[in-house]
Amino acid sequence: MGRKRQLAENAVHGIFLMLGQVTVGCVLLITVYLVASGIPAIRQIGLVPFLLGNTWESTAAQPSYGILPFILTSIYGTAGAILFGVPVGFFAAVYLAKMAPANVKAVAESAVSLLAGIPSVVYGLVGMLVLVPGIRALFHVPDGASLLAAIIVLSIMILPSIIKVSITALEAVPKEYEDASLALGATPIETYFRVSVPAARSGIAAAVVLGVGRAIGEAMAVMMVSGNAANMPSLFESVRFLTTAVSSEMSYSSGLQRQALFSIALVLFLFIMLINAALNFFLKGQKEG
Amino acid sequence: MKKFATFILTTALALSIIAGCAQKTSGTVTTDGSTSMEKVIGALGEAFEAQNKNVTFTYNPTGSGSGIQAVLEGRCDIGLSSRDLKTDESAQGLTGTVLAYDGIAVIVNPDNPVSDLDVDTIAKIYTGEITNWKDAGGHDAEIVLIGREAGSGTRDGFESITGTSDNCQYRQELTSTGDVITAVSQNPDAIGYASLASVKDTVRAVTVSGVAPTEDTVRDGSYVIQRPFVLVTKTDTSLSAPAQKFFDFVTSPDAVELISNAGAVAAG
Repeated sequence: MGRKRQLAENAVHGIFLMLGQVTVGCVLLITVYLVASGIPAIRQIGLVPFLLGNTWESTAAQPSYGILPFILTSIYGTAGAILFGVPVGFFAAVYLAKMAPANVKAVAESAVSLLAGIPSVVYGLVGMLVLVPGIRALFHVPDGASLLAAIIVLSIMILPSIIKVSITALEAVPKEYEDASLALGATPIETYFRVSVPAARSGIAAAVVLGVGRAIGEAMAVMMVSGNAANMPSLFESVRFLTTAVSSEMSYSSGLQRQALFSIALVLFLFIMLINAALNFFLKGQKEG
Repeated sequence: MKKFATFILTTALALSIIAGCAQKTSGTVTTDGSTSMEKVIGALGEAFEAQNKNVTFTYNPTGSGSGIQAVLEGRCDIGLSSRDLKTDESAQGLTGTVLAYDGIAVIVNPDNPVSDLDVDTIAKIYTGEITNWKDAGGHDAEIVLIGREAGSGTRDGFESITGTSDNCQYRQELTSTGDVITAVSQNPDAIGYASLASVKDTVRAVTVSGVAPTEDTVRDGSYVIQRPFVLVTKTDTSLSAPAQKFFDFVTSPDAVELISNAGAVAAG
């Protein structure tokens, strides 16, 4: 009887192990595939002209493959989204975690979850129909499809991850800390910002990094509002991100153009690896702190 | 005697199988050429395969020049070209049959007072030589150029007809006809292009040198932003049975609707 049980135990263990390996296998497969298909074009074009070249004309008679405009656009766009999204998300999280009455909190939290569940194409469509004409009218520019439109869309899209992770971090702060602060005569606001927030800082930092990851990887919504011309980034100019550079040309591409798109994907992948490393660093800090 | 009867019966059955096969066409139809014809030829190929289960249809998107070369060298049954054959190509023993016309409408916002442009002005607008609508007969407002992504057949068609290849100063490069139409409908100063079949009421197609883009003006050639989709075959060699059947099918009235659904104007 005992042996039979042991056997079943081992079998279940094996199945779980295998299923667990599927994820690892996928990551490995994608990494190997991206590196293998991204390297040849970089070799042919040259690393410096590829990363630092500032013109992208993949189908011209004399094609040039410089992706500096895409890299800078992705960095500026993500930074802009963080600039707008983090203050809003952070203060919303402090309010919801510490100050909001229970019923307000319930409604607001489900609204945030709903925001997280909206497909990115819907963000893009609303951006295209409302935001782009709005920017055009408000700033008197010839066309509203611009870096600014993309930044606004991205900052709304990263709000849910920032708010939710920050709330979790703030709620994990031991109540004794706050009670002690209040007992010493600090006002509730002082307590939240001088005691709770510093105690939850690594969790909040992780929330910001998660937002960065979401912003840099978004393609669909950005493609619909940013105009997609391969310009150097400027707030009211039409710009192309790393993600949209890959997705907009992939369907008809061939030869070196296609390989170069894989190289762009590889660059994007490296960015995301960096962000993940940063996220791990902050989460580790949270455990130790 | 019984053995003999069996033999006769078996032979008859075997023969009837072969006879049955002969009535159905089987084999492959290979096409090679223009990437712009992908949608049209894809739709036709799919419908043809659905009707003829034993025939495999292949399409190799290489470009008009390569497609013509492929027919000449016998590497495919039918070449696909999105331009007329040149005289030296016809002289090498090739025949071009116009399958359809690809009409490209130049669209502006309905609020834009400009209703007529000529090809030269359109080219100047797209290359950035004219940047304000007042130089093209409209308000004093900067022109916003909307186009398609690199590699798109519509972009290739538009740029090659207007002679602006690789020189267009796009403000927006969108990945679908629908997005181009939406963008133009949202911006009163925008200009864009889209295949004739997909133009909707939210935008207005301008007349080109006084000719409105319609199926009729595209077919008779009076609307100039258009190009033919040509089936290229060898003049003195007849097609294989399945290829001939495909050729007859796509030039028949049955194909007209498939062609217009794919965004082109059938020639027939």
